[in-house]
Amino acid sequence: MTVSDLQRERLAYKRFRSRRSTVVALLSTLVFAAVGYATVTGAPGWPRVRESFFNVDVAWRALPAVLEGLWLNLRVLLVCGVLILVLALGVAALRTLRGPVWFPVRALATAYVDLFRGMPLIITLYLVGFGLPSLRLTGVPNDYVVLGGAALVLTYTAYVAEVFRAGIESVHPSQVAAARSLGLGPRRTLRLVVLPQAVRRVLPALLNDFVALQKDCGLISVLGAVDAVRAAQIEQARSFNFTPYVLAGLLFVLLAVPSARFADAMARRAERREGRR
Amino acid sequence: MTAPVLSVRNLVKRYGTNTVLDGVDLDVREHEVVALIGSSGSGKSTLLRCVNLLEELDDGQVLLDGVDVSDPRVDADVARRGMGIVFQAFNLFPHMTVLDNITLAPRVVHGVARGDAERTALELLDRVGLADRAGSYPDRLSGGQQQRVAIARALAYSPRLLLLDEITSALDPELVGEVLALVRELAAQGRTILMATHEMGFARQVADRVCFLDGGRLVESGPPGQVLGEPVHERTRQFLRRIIEAGRL
Repeated sequence: MTVSDLQRERLAYKRFRSRRSTVVALLSTLVFAAVGYATVTGAPGWPRVRESFFNVDVAWRALPAVLEGLWLNLRVLLVCGVLILVLALGVAALRTLRGPVWFPVRALATAYVDLFRGMPLIITLYLVGFGLPSLRLTGVPNDYVVLGGAALVLTYTAYVAEVFRAGIESVHPSQVAAARSLGLGPRRTLRLVVLPQAVRRVLPALLNDFVALQKDCGLISVLGAVDAVRAAQIEQARSFNFTPYVLAGLLFVLLAVPSARFADAMARRAERREGRR
Repeated sequence: MTAPVLSVRNLVKRYGTNTVLDGVDLDVREHEVVALIGSSGSGKSTLLRCVNLLEELDDGQVLLDGVDVSDPRVDADVARRGMGIVFQAFNLFPHMTVLDNITLAPRVVHGVARGDAERTALELLDRVGLADRAGSYPDRLSGGQQQRVAIARALAYSPRLLLLDEITSALDPELVGEVLALVRELAAQGRTILMATHEMGFARQVADRVCFLDGGRLVESGPPGQVLGEPVHERTRQFLRRIIEAGRL
C-alpha cells in the first residue's frame, strides 16, 4: 500500500490534532480537579466535615461490619434479579396476549403494573414487610430479608415488565409475519424470533434497572435487615460519626461500576455481531 | 478555463484490508451529467459517499470548484452545503412532514426564514408533482413519491452538485418512470449531476458521459454511445453482456 505525500501530510496533521486534543483534555481535567478541590477544602466547615464524614480510622473500623452487610445486599440482589427477570418476562408476555378470552389476564397484568409502578417502593416495603406478617397466615415468612426481597421483586417486576413490553412491541410486525409464514405458532414466534430481538434492544434499559435495583437493595434496612446501610447506621450510632454511611455509599458505587462496564460491553458486542458500525 | 464543479483525484478508500476504491480520477464539469455504472460492489456508492465526505478518504482528494474539501482542515459540514445527495433508500426523516423534511436544511443550516423556506419547498413539491402531499408523513407515500420528496429535499438549498445514489433501485418497476422523468427534467435544466445507476437505458439517454467502475478502478469513460455501444475494455463488455442477459438493457 503506497501512500501519497499528500495523505502522509494529512495523517500527520490528524495525529497532531489528536495529540493536541489529549493535552487539552488533560489540562482541563487538571484545572477542573484543582478548582473542585480548592472549593471543597476551602469551605469554612471543611475541617468539621472531614472529621465526621471522611474519617479514615472510623471507616477502617466500620469496614468489616459494612462489608458483611454488603454481602447480604449482594445475595438479595442476585436472587431478586433472577426472579424479576423471569416474572417480568411473564407479565410482559401476558400483556401482549391478543384475543377476548385473555381479557381478564391482560387486565390483571395491567392493573398489577399500574399499581406497583406507581407505588413508592418504601411504602410497598412497609406494607409487605410489616403488613403481610400481621395477617398471621400460615406459610408467610417473617424473615425481614425475604419480605424485603419480595417487595423489591414486586416493584421491579412491574418496571422491567414494561421494559420488556416496549422491546416486544418495537420488533417490526414483518418479523412476526415471516415467522408465522414458516409455520411457527404464536408462542414459538415470540420465543424464537421476537424475544431475542426485543431483549437485545432493551438491554441497556435492563441493565439500568439492574443498577437501580442494586442501590434499592439497601432499602431493606428499613425493615430491620442488617445490610450494608443498616450496618453503617449501627456503626454511626456507636461512633457518632457519619463516615460509615460514606463508606457504604462508596461500596455501592463500586458495585455499580462493573455493571455499567458490562452493559457497554454487551451493547458493543451486539452491534459488532449484527454488523452495524 | 474554470475549474470543474467536482474533481476527484487518486481517490482511495479501504474497509480494513478490502480496497473499495483504488485510485479513482474523475471530473464533473458544470451542467454535465455523469453516470457511474458497474456491478454491485464496484465502488459506485462508496465514490458518491466519499464525494459527500460521509466516508473518510484513505488517500487522494475531492475538490469542489477547485477547493480541496477532503483536507482535514476543511469543515465538512460547510463543504456539504454545496452538494445534495439522494440515497437509494430515500432516508427521509419519518418523524417530520414532507414540508419539514424539505425545509429543514434551508432553515437550520442556511438560515432561511421559515416562510421563505416553505415557499421554495412548495414550489419544489409542485415541480415534483407532490404539492398536495406537503403535510403528509413520508411513510404515507409510495416509494416513488418518497424518492421525489428526497430529490426535492436535496434541491431545496440549490446545491452546485447533485449526487444520486441508485435512486431507483429500491422502487417498484412501475414507479421508476416517475423518478427518472424528474431526473431527466433536472438534467435538461442544466443541473450538474453525478449519479450511480443500474438503468443503462436511462444513462444512455440522459448522461453526457458514462463511467464504468470495476474493482474500485475507473476502467472506461466516455460518451454513452461509446461506452455502452462499443466498449473498449473486455471487463466493460462482460458487464454489459450480463446486463443484456438479465434483460435490463
